[in-house]
Parts: sequence; C-alpha cells; structure tokens
Amino acid sequence: MITHSEPVTSAQPVTEKSVIRAGDYLNKLSGEQIEYECKRQLEAGCKELVVNFAETELVNSIGISILLGIIDAASSNGATVVFSDVNETTVELFEMLGLSKHVTIADSAPQLTKIWQNMIIS
Amino acid sequence: MAEHDHKLIHAFGALAELGQEITNKNNFQETIRTSLHLISGAIGIMRGAVARYARFGHELNMLAVRGLGDDFPLSLMLTSEDERQFLTNGLSPIEISQAQALPFFQVHNVSFDKRRLELFVPLVVRDEIVGAIFLGEKATAEPYTKYEKEIICAMGQHIGVAISQRNLMAEIERHAEDNRRMFDEMRSTYHDTVKAFAAAIDCKDKYTEGHSVRVGKFSEIIAMELGWGKDEIEGAAVAGYLHDVGKLTVERKIINAPYRINAKESAELNKHPGVGYDILQPIHHPYTDVPLAAKYHHERLDGRGYPDGLYDREIPFIAKIVTLADSFDAMTTDRPYKARRPAKDVVDDLQKNSGVQFAPELVTAFLAGMLRELKGEDRTKRFRRLLGRDYMEAEGIVDKLKYTLNEMAPTTPMTYIAAAGIGDRSLH
Repeated sequence: MITHSEPVTSAQPVTEKSVIRAGDYLNKLSGEQIEYECKRQLEAGCKELVVNFAETELVNSIGISILLGIIDAASSNGATVVFSDVNETTVELFEMLGLSKHVTIADSAPQLTKIWQNMIIS
Repeated sequence: MAEHDHKLIHAFGALAELGQEITNKNNFQETIRTSLHLISGAIGIMRGAVARYARFGHELNMLAVRGLGDDFPLSLMLTSEDERQFLTNGLSPIEISQAQALPFFQVHNVSFDKRRLELFVPLVVRDEIVGAIFLGEKATAEPYTKYEKEIICAMGQHIGVAISQRNLMAEIERHAEDNRRMFDEMRSTYHDTVKAFAAAIDCKDKYTEGHSVRVGKFSEIIAMELGWGKDEIEGAAVAGYLHDVGKLTVERKIINAPYRINAKESAELNKHPGVGYDILQPIHHPYTDVPLAAKYHHERLDGRGYPDGLYDREIPFIAKIVTLADSFDAMTTDRPYKARRPAKDVVDDLQKNSGVQFAPELVTAFLAGMLRELKGEDRTKRFRRLLGRDYMEAEGIVDKLKYTLNEMAPTTPMTYIAAAGIGDRSLH
C-alpha cells in the first residue's frame, strides 16, 4: 500500500512506501516539518520514501538542506529515496549539488510506478 | 550556462537570504538554525553545526546541529592554545586534517571522525572569538573547492556578526537589568528615608503621633480616586509624608502646647510651610511637586490661607490634595484641646468648605472612595485601617455620604468663589 502524506505535522499512517508532498513549504524553515514527517516514516519502518515536487516551483538553499537531512536519515535507516515530478531547473540543481547521487529522480507518476515495480522484482 | 555560474548564482541567493535573515529581528535560535540550513544548502553539505563561544566558560556551545547524531558533544571546552590559534587563523576554514592539531579537537577526535567532519571555521569578529562552524562532507563526496571555502567565509562572517550582536544585546540587557535593580533599590531607600522623616516629624508632636504618615496615606487615597498613575500616586503619598517637615525647626513647646497658642507662637508655627519648602527644595525628588505641597498645604481656595494667601488656581494641585488630607486627619483624630469629630460632622464640614477651603473635585473623589469602601465595592479597607472600624461604620454614615455626594455632584470642579462674591484673582 502506498500512502500520500501532506507536509503537515499531524501523524500520517506509516507503510513501507510513503509519498510526501513537498508543496512550497520546502523553502522556509517550516519545511523542517516535512523532514520531521519523513524521519517519522523512516523510523517507523518505511523503506521507500517518495518526495513529490509537483507543487514545488523552486527549491532554495533551505530546501536543499532539508532534503539532505531526509537523504541522511534514509541512509541511516537503510531506506531508498525517490524524488518525483521534479522540474528541469530543480533536477539541474540536484545534480549540481550532488543530491542526485543519493536519490532516484522520477519524472512522473508512471515512471514512479515503474521504479517501484522494478524494486519489487529485484 | 556553465555549472560554475549556476553554483555561483545559487550561492549568491543563499548569501542574500542569509543577510536578510540576520537583519530581520527574528528569534536568535531560529536565525542560527536558518543560517546552518543556508550554508548546507548553498554548497550541498550533508551535516554541520554552529556553536557560540562562551567567553567566561571558555566553551563552544552548540546552537544548531544537523545530521551529527544525538551523541555529538553539545559543549566543547577550549584551551588557551585553542583560543590563540583561532585568533591567529581568523575567520577562515581549517581542514580537519590541520584542525586535529588543536588541543580541543584531540579530545573529541573520535567523535568528529565518526561524523566525517571536513571543515572547521572559527568565527572571529573584531579580533574576538564569537563561535565556530563545523561542516561535514559534501553530497557530491568531493573535497571543498577554494571558491566554496570563500562562500563559507562570507556566510561565516554574517553568522559571526549575528552572534556578536546577540552577545552585545545580552550585555546591554544585563546592564539595563542592573540599572533597573539599582533604581528600585534607590527608590526603596528614598521611600524608607521619607517614611523615617515622617516618623521624625511626628515624634516631635506627641499629640499628633502618626499624623504625617496618615496624611501621606490619605493623599495616596485621593490620588488613587482621581485615577492617577502609579508614580503620581507615590508622589502624592510622599508629598503627604513630608508636608510638615518644616515643623522640625519649630520649638517643641509650641507644637506640644496643650492650650490655644498665642499670636507670637502662632506666627512661629505658621513659618513651617515655608521652612519645609526650603528644606525640600534642594533635594532632587523623583516627584517635582513635593516641596510645593509642603509650602502651600495651608492655603485655601478663598485666599484666606497662608503663607501667601493664594487663590484657587494659584495653588498647586498637589498642595490641594495634601490640604484636604491634612484637614481630614486633623478633624478625625483626637487633639489635646479637641476630641475628634463624628464622621457625619466631618462629611458636613468637607461639603461646607468645598470650594472655599478645599477643591470640590477632591472632596467628591475622597468621599466617593469612602462610600465605595463602606458599600463593600472596594475591599482594600483603606479608610477602616486609618480611622478604625467603629468610626467608619457609624450609624447613618452611608446615607450621609450618598446624600452629600448627590448634592455635590452638580457642581463643577471650578470654584464657588466668584458666585460667593469673594475676589478671585485666579479668574481674571
């Protein structure tokens, strides 16, 4: 089962695969709520975490730092991270700063499904 | 666009945001947390921390930590050698391989190594250590470039200034707190001195023991009933406490005479307001009207008072308050030649002399305060404490006060003197 989590502090159900929507919160200190929710999911056993950027136009330095925190937490918990629906400019930024070395970047939902199918097969 | 240019634009964005964050008057802890995010995000650094230097404890205390784990030391003790090296190095990044030579680093080397720290930046502002930044490996896993170190330096300067400003503010707040405490102590000393003076004045007159203290308290009640602020109420009380200070120079036998004093003695006694003014005037009181209250507390609205025979508006307001408090106490306490008068008679007297001797608005406020206490609307028991329960609860006093206040209500604060046909200089 896949759950879609809003970037809010209220507790979301934890499953092995979770989707967190980045929204536009990621550019502010309040974006730490997303990091908190991701960490909660990871600590509760989530093994495949998807951060959805469909509503995110721009990621600034605070956003990058928060995403690095999520990557670090996932790595510590032996989980994988997928960034989905990331626009071209943000993909370039992730590549430039090395985030893409730690995550899988999926362009859209169909590709994401394919990634998950591959994960299940492997 | 080349990748280098992209990086530069992204880093500039972070630098601009950092500048804005630091100049905003946000919570200091949040500013530092944001600053760490901005450095990490500008370059893509996996983990790091920002610490503030505690000068007296010689410690680096962590203000913001990211990705370094719960067991990362939150306080690091520095040696004088560390401090010397920081100052020599200034605000520029030190590679961990070099920083390992520092004494404090050696103590925590295992911990730092475990977190894969790569850079250490002492924050030195105006030749003073204010803090430090610890940075882990980059997300690219590549070593830090010269240009990235320069960006870190620029951002470190912003953070250093923010910490320095915070330290300065804390120092100013500490001084302000010291000053406030000192002011409170001085104020308390002043009040104690005033009360001691009042007691000294009252000691001289064995028949009116406690008079100055009571006048102080009645003056305070009047000021409260007028809705004055805390400082003004205190000022009125002090004026009451000190109104008779001039009596200190009057011969004890005149003050304590158990008979009606003669004209000569009366002239001597009547000097006390002026003498009181001369005593109080050179003193720098927090409440400026105190000497005036002493000088004019025997003036009357109709101009028949002393020492200057002033009329209504010529009499300082504070003196009018003390006059009422003084007379009220004289009427409600036993004297060697006269027993105290019943409460209802006193109320009658105040009404009769309202606009003649006393300011009507003060009489109204005073009597209204008394009525509120008797009706239980004011539970402070101010009048009961000063006059005694039996005296205050004399039969018919509540109705008397209501009736008197109803009668006085239509009158304006302005004087009756003109209507009475008495020459009133203040009206012309």
